[in-house]
Amino acid sequence: MTAVEVLAAGPLTTFQDLGRPGFGHLGVPPAGAVDPCALVRGNRLLGNAPGATALEATLVGPRLRFRAEALVALTGAEVASGADLVRRLGAGEVLDVGPCRVGARVYVCVRGGFVVEPVLGSSSTDLLTGLGPAPLRDGDVLAIGPPPADPPAEQPPRPRAPAGGAFRLLLGPRDERLTPAAVETLFTSRWRVTAAANRVGIRLDGPVLELSRHDELLSEGLVTGALQVPPSGRPILLLNDHPTTGGYPAVGVVDSRDLPRAGQLRPGDTVTFAR
Amino acid sequence: MSDVTLLRAGDRGWLLELADNVAALRVARRLGAELPELVEVVLGHRTVLAVGDVARDTLRATAERAFADRLEPIDVKDVEIPVRYDGPDLDEVARLTGFAAEEVVARHAAPTYTVAFLGFAPGFAYLVGGDAALEVPRLAEPRERVAAGSVAIAGPYSGVYPRASPGGWRLLGRTDLTLFDVERRPPALLAPGDRVRFAPLP
Repeated sequence: MTAVEVLAAGPLTTFQDLGRPGFGHLGVPPAGAVDPCALVRGNRLLGNAPGATALEATLVGPRLRFRAEALVALTGAEVASGADLVRRLGAGEVLDVGPCRVGARVYVCVRGGFVVEPVLGSSSTDLLTGLGPAPLRDGDVLAIGPPPADPPAEQPPRPRAPAGGAFRLLLGPRDERLTPAAVETLFTSRWRVTAAANRVGIRLDGPVLELSRHDELLSEGLVTGALQVPPSGRPILLLNDHPTTGGYPAVGVVDSRDLPRAGQLRPGDTVTFAR
Repeated sequence: MSDVTLLRAGDRGWLLELADNVAALRVARRLGAELPELVEVVLGHRTVLAVGDVARDTLRATAERAFADRLEPIDVKDVEIPVRYDGPDLDEVARLTGFAAEEVVARHAAPTYTVAFLGFAPGFAYLVGGDAALEVPRLAEPRERVAAGSVAIAGPYSGVYPRASPGGWRLLGRTDLTLFDVERRPPALLAPGDRVRFAPLP
């Protein structure tokens, strides 16, 4: 198997595939790429299965030395060399992904996929529970699997989605916990992504959302994309490593078609919610 | 006549609200067994979250069938958890409840608990049916690290931390049992509905 040396891991680089859905009843978060569209796109460009394991780098990409020739796709966030990029690397060549210029997470996909010991059917790193492989460290040596039968595929250029912007939000299950004025505030305000943003969730800054009741709910199941409102009234948008249950009311859920864009939000970005 | 309320939980999910935990457990089992199109069926204290491409009417009809056969026994198991009651919060719980520490231990080990649901962490079971006199609030400041196997209480619940993690429950003791093991099938030792007893070790 081809090996890849991690010269510099970057601030947070994890292995991700399409996650481990179906274990929520055991308390296991779904995990998986927070921008699954970018992961699937990168894998398609290389002829891989859509959910082949890739690296998900946060804000700054890794520096990798390939010991043998490899075909690599960079998708998701735009980096210095561009976006949606396929590159052939020669033996011994170094790939320096560099910082994300637009978006928060760049996916490093390789033809053949990275090979990691799966846990509960997935190679994804889950930062909440520690399931799956540890985040990348400098000096790690990574393995690439055998090339798939399919050839690399041409993909039409992707229109660039703006960072942030409007996210469609469906009210519920606990929107009755918001005052009518707070519902109005939710849809008319601009929300700023705070520094407290990771794979578990994104804390948003903006006006306080007033709750009509302050007693805690009995713990109930949570979906990815849920907008939770803790007693502080400052909403949290849950991403893939979210706890499976919680007692703060989820007052709305971001539309599943818009959710992959939430994985590209970075601190300082502004978002709005649309009905 | 209906004992279930369906609330929207995104474009791919519904939250079913039931009268109590037993009803929720029956509905969760029925949905999981009959609707393979569901990606997740997550039991809460008295809710069931169903995620997947399924029609609201199908969910409602399937949930209502679960009530129709409410006399059918649910398959559950008995689990005994040996505990060394030497937790760092034992004395504080004694102070809060007005009991001697030995009395706290005796009252915690006396009941047969029921697993209400799993959540918070892989394999973490929320146990109900404990002595109401032992109800204490969570810690004001959660610990950054609670050791694996810690036996703890908070509000109406008892639980065992499957692995080291942050936590705000009050720690009464430790067990050596492995609550969650990804190599085991099923990975979680405890399942909803199971009956649990704590056995004090000398």
